[in-house]
Amino acid sequence: MAPRTEENEFFMLKRLFHRENLRRQALYQGHVTPDPLRCVQCGICSYSCPIEIDVRRYAWLGQPIQDSYCLTCGECVRRCPRGVLRFERTNLFEIIQPGSTGLENRMAH
Amino acid sequence: MNVYVIIGSGAAGVSAAQAIRQQDSAGRIWLLSEERAGYYSRPGLAYVLTGELPERSLFPFSESDFRRLGVQLLHARVVRIDPAWHRITLADGKTLAYDRLLIATGAAARRASLPGEDLDGVVKLDNLADARRILKLCRRGRRAVVVGGGITALELVEGLLARGMSVAYLLRGDRYWHNVLDETESHIVEHRLTEEGVRLYYRTEIAEILGSRGHVTAIRTQDGRTLPCDLLAVAVGVQPRLELASAAGLHVERGVRVDEFMQTSQPDIFAAGDVAEVFDPLNGRYVLHTLWGQARQEGHAAGLNMAGVSTPYCSGIAFNVTRLAGLTTTLIGALGRGDDVDLVGVARGDSETWRQLPDAIAAENHFEINRLRLLLGETTLLGAVVVGDQTLSQPLQRLIAANADITPIRQRLLQPGARLGDLIVSFYEHWMKEYAQSAAPRPT
Repeated sequence: MAPRTEENEFFMLKRLFHRENLRRQALYQGHVTPDPLRCVQCGICSYSCPIEIDVRRYAWLGQPIQDSYCLTCGECVRRCPRGVLRFERTNLFEIIQPGSTGLENRMAH
Repeated sequence: MNVYVIIGSGAAGVSAAQAIRQQDSAGRIWLLSEERAGYYSRPGLAYVLTGELPERSLFPFSESDFRRLGVQLLHARVVRIDPAWHRITLADGKTLAYDRLLIATGAAARRASLPGEDLDGVVKLDNLADARRILKLCRRGRRAVVVGGGITALELVEGLLARGMSVAYLLRGDRYWHNVLDETESHIVEHRLTEEGVRLYYRTEIAEILGSRGHVTAIRTQDGRTLPCDLLAVAVGVQPRLELASAAGLHVERGVRVDEFMQTSQPDIFAAGDVAEVFDPLNGRYVLHTLWGQARQEGHAAGLNMAGVSTPYCSGIAFNVTRLAGLTTTLIGALGRGDDVDLVGVARGDSETWRQLPDAIAAENHFEINRLRLLLGETTLLGAVVVGDQTLSQPLQRLIAANADITPIRQRLLQPGARLGDLIVSFYEHWMKEYAQSAAPRPT
């Protein structure tokens, strides 16, 4: 294992701040975004959402959580055991095809 | 009007139903479930065991969701498939005719083949009923023994711990999951388990399960030790549920053999998910997958083909995310796979490549452990293990799936003490830009 050096600590802190920064950015210009390939639909996200948004459904569809009530509190991001969800700056004008399962555009990398 | 019958309501079955409905708005879709619970998240059972998730939250779709989709749910066990007559027979003697049939019966836990295996208190983690049984036993007992390997064994260990059981974990070999993890990764997992109070027994095998009045009381090991326990959890791998397909005369190997259109050896009968054996063009052979994501993709492809939209399915790179002793871990590409019976991918990462592995630990402190291991080929990345911080897993997943040429950073990656994470991130950003500009279709 790498020795615990000042340099390493610096990078840890940097990463920590980076994450916090992303979260703050997401608050005003982004969404919680799922990676459906990682998701197993366990439902911890929906269960832990304080305002009961069905986050799992968005993850199944491969769509960002475009719910105007979403607080971007990050509870679902933090609790997901498989790292499915992340804060991401999203293009609000990106058209999501109705009826799409998300498989076509998200799963075929 | 076409009648579609889907046997099995797991990820593959439900995904197929959705795909069929996308293409065929009039057809009748039957979704048959042997379990009363119907469609639920099987991987989520691990979190029900730990108490992170209530059982009622395991169900992604409600009955009205299925109604809206025009899918008829039926709680029934299929006893026979009759390909010549295009019909199936249910346990109550009724028959159901189909135009297209999907076999998505999944896989079941292997038995341990030990004397005393049928005693009350010997459990597996296959379905909701198993999880309920384990929770009930946890309320009565205090001591548990877990035997087996891979993800399920750890899920059991962690679940039992969370329920206040004293847990002994028996490993046959020298370390945990030796065919997928390297020594350091195994060590990280074992160290964390020990810290949580799990007693690990290496090179230990069960000789016999002892019981009294029908209930397990202890296990005896091959080296003659006796460990008292109120519960024995077994996770020695899974086996595709092939009985129906075999009896119907379909081509069956380790799984139900399907072609690239997910069709079995019989016309109008398809298979998908854990039960199907699909062709992997990377390895040039047929492989079994026991992964939720793969099951969903296979089900989707099968559904489209059943509805008449000819869609070849290409098995992607082996990919899994899991939590090992509390650490989110992503396994991508040529690393071997979850259970010891099918070591797909190993053939690709030949020994030379494996010996060239750069081995680096990104960072460690008292909050979390992060680790990154890359498997380098001649010009591409063959696989990766990402433990802890998951920032890099999506870039790596894409680079590996796309067979990206990593020649520009390869030498630097191999230097001792290389900052792998930073190299990958900057390379990925650059690669994505080029990728977006090139008119070439996205590789799958």
